[in-house]
Amino acid sequence: MTTQQKDIRAAAVLPDAKTRLAVLESMIRVRLAEEAIAALYGEGEIRCPTHLCIGQEAVAAGISVLLSRDDLVFSGHRSHGHYLAKGGDMNAMFAELYGRVTGCARGKGGSQHLVDLACGFMGAAPILSSTISVGVGSAWAAKLDRRDQVSIVYFGDGATEEGTFHEALNFASVHKLPVIFVCENNLYSVHSAMDIRQPEGRPIALLGTAHGMPSVTCDGNDADVVHAHAAEAVARARAGEGPSFIECMTYRWMEHCGPGDDIPLGYRTAEELADWRIRDPLAIYRDRLAAAGELGAAAEADLMKKARDEVAAAVAFAKASPYPEAAELSEHVFPV
Amino acid sequence: MVRQLKYFEALHEAHRELLADDPNVLVAGLGVPGPTGIFGTTKGLQEEFGPERVIDTPSSENAMTGIALGAAIQGKRPILVHMRVDFALLSMEPVVNQAAKWHYMYGGVMRAPLTIRMIIGRGWGQGPQHSQSLQSWFAHVPGLKVVMPTRPYDAKGMLIAAVRDDAPVIFLEHRWLYNLEGPVPEGLYTSPLEGAEVLHQGSDVTIAATSHMTIEALRAADLLAAAGVSAEVIDLRCLTPIDGDTLAASLAKTGHLVVADTGQASYGVVAEVMAVAMKRAFPYLKAAPQSVALPHIPTPTTPALADLFYPDATDIAQAALDTLGSSAQLPKPAADRRWKDTPDPSFTGPY
Repeated sequence: MTTQQKDIRAAAVLPDAKTRLAVLESMIRVRLAEEAIAALYGEGEIRCPTHLCIGQEAVAAGISVLLSRDDLVFSGHRSHGHYLAKGGDMNAMFAELYGRVTGCARGKGGSQHLVDLACGFMGAAPILSSTISVGVGSAWAAKLDRRDQVSIVYFGDGATEEGTFHEALNFASVHKLPVIFVCENNLYSVHSAMDIRQPEGRPIALLGTAHGMPSVTCDGNDADVVHAHAAEAVARARAGEGPSFIECMTYRWMEHCGPGDDIPLGYRTAEELADWRIRDPLAIYRDRLAAAGELGAAAEADLMKKARDEVAAAVAFAKASPYPEAAELSEHVFPV
Repeated sequence: MVRQLKYFEALHEAHRELLADDPNVLVAGLGVPGPTGIFGTTKGLQEEFGPERVIDTPSSENAMTGIALGAAIQGKRPILVHMRVDFALLSMEPVVNQAAKWHYMYGGVMRAPLTIRMIIGRGWGQGPQHSQSLQSWFAHVPGLKVVMPTRPYDAKGMLIAAVRDDAPVIFLEHRWLYNLEGPVPEGLYTSPLEGAEVLHQGSDVTIAATSHMTIEALRAADLLAAAGVSAEVIDLRCLTPIDGDTLAASLAKTGHLVVADTGQASYGVVAEVMAVAMKRAFPYLKAAPQSVALPHIPTPTTPALADLFYPDATDIAQAALDTLGSSAQLPKPAADRRWKDTPDPSFTGPY
């Protein structure tokens, strides 16, 4: 925990009941979409590397409810949750995974290159840290144009080991740009654990502090905690006070890439996974809302059914959509 | 008479007129607003257009490229400046993986109107890391437009075209061109980002060249004329793609080809031009083409070795005679300088 860690419970005002339901709904949609992908992947029709975010849904859910359509989001390889939470079109996402022309990138990007300009999801790319500077540039443009617009950049713990991560934070800090750096620290870069990659006892958030911005390490599996920190960061950005850094401790349940379980690989233990599954961000949040009287059984069932139907419709849409015509191959190399 | 400007003055004027014309144009790079202003090309612009639009940057070539890309997808038209191509190598990832591909890999919804100026250095002992000519690296990547203006007219017109183009453009300027003078119109005009141009008509041999080697090729044409050989000189100008039409039309006339490039010969522009010539003009060729480019050796620093490393007009002219199978004698080059590490005696650096 960084020196700037605050007692969120004491300091933060919890989101209102309506917002919390939106957060829960966001997590449910992402969870069911990812589970559907995992179930369907074996059919061999989703023919691209696919990084699922089950277990990490609270981060984007807690943040996205603070954003307007005009705010922008940039992401990395594990981006489905960020895309859906920001309002990315689910049909277009599934069609993109299925390589169809109705996909958000006409099938040319796949799972690792989701985009939906209509909702402000500005792209994702799997080269670690690459979109961080792009998000900073977007915030630079917003500041130059005096636009009330916040840019959010999501990345993992591995990305913070890249040089351009530091370059981007430095520039954002020097120019006091309206950007929020959100690190989802899920403890592994592919199969390599934190202890062989980064100094022991040094939270990643300290790197944000080192670059002169308010930074915090928090429980990334608690959507309310993430929301509270993000609310502060968004307010700072909108007030022209510059960037913030939020490190969210979380854990991915599935293998690094693909639909399966990777415990047999031996780089992490079944016990560790089981511990984190107890800290299921969706179940924690659902139970909390139920205990607070904000979610009845019928309402929960409705949310689940709605999301299940949406996912089923998206899968059907994708499967019914055509592949790109051959002429598409050479289109869009250069803008015309 | 059309006004004459030096190459660097033409670039400076292009920046100035672009900044005045379009509030979305930005200029960024280490030393852009500095006392020397990127060899004069950006001098005084910050005073005129303000510190928001003309900015000095941290030494962060990688992130600055991503930042320029991020601004570009938001409607800005940034010009990013590298005083040396060699430093831009730190930005290969965002150039190659990101800027070049954002239009295609997002199915055409994203546009990245980004111009990256990179200066190719040479001379005065700049050695292995201040003198490389890496145009073929960039030209190899789909999605980038790669241009190498030779004349002041193109320096201005192509920079304006590059900034107005919706694709990322790699704009390569050879430092030895900076003091060359030529006609440059006032006001905003564009020079196309594709197509080669015949700068000197001839009938015996075609010399296709890039950037500073085009100047050497024009000198070679004079040497060849004195030896009774008529050379046609093509300024390739743009590398993406090589202009096969202009090349084939010239080879239909001459049947002989010399390719001259500022970079290494192997896996480079000369190899590409020869491939295009084979495909487009094979029936016209009467002899094997010749190449004049850098050997597969890092740039040495000492002038004793650098003078051996860099080919010049005499090498081009000799290559032309070789492909023609001619034993004509070339005029002896004037032995007015001990070393060839400056473009001409009037050029006093910085390099």
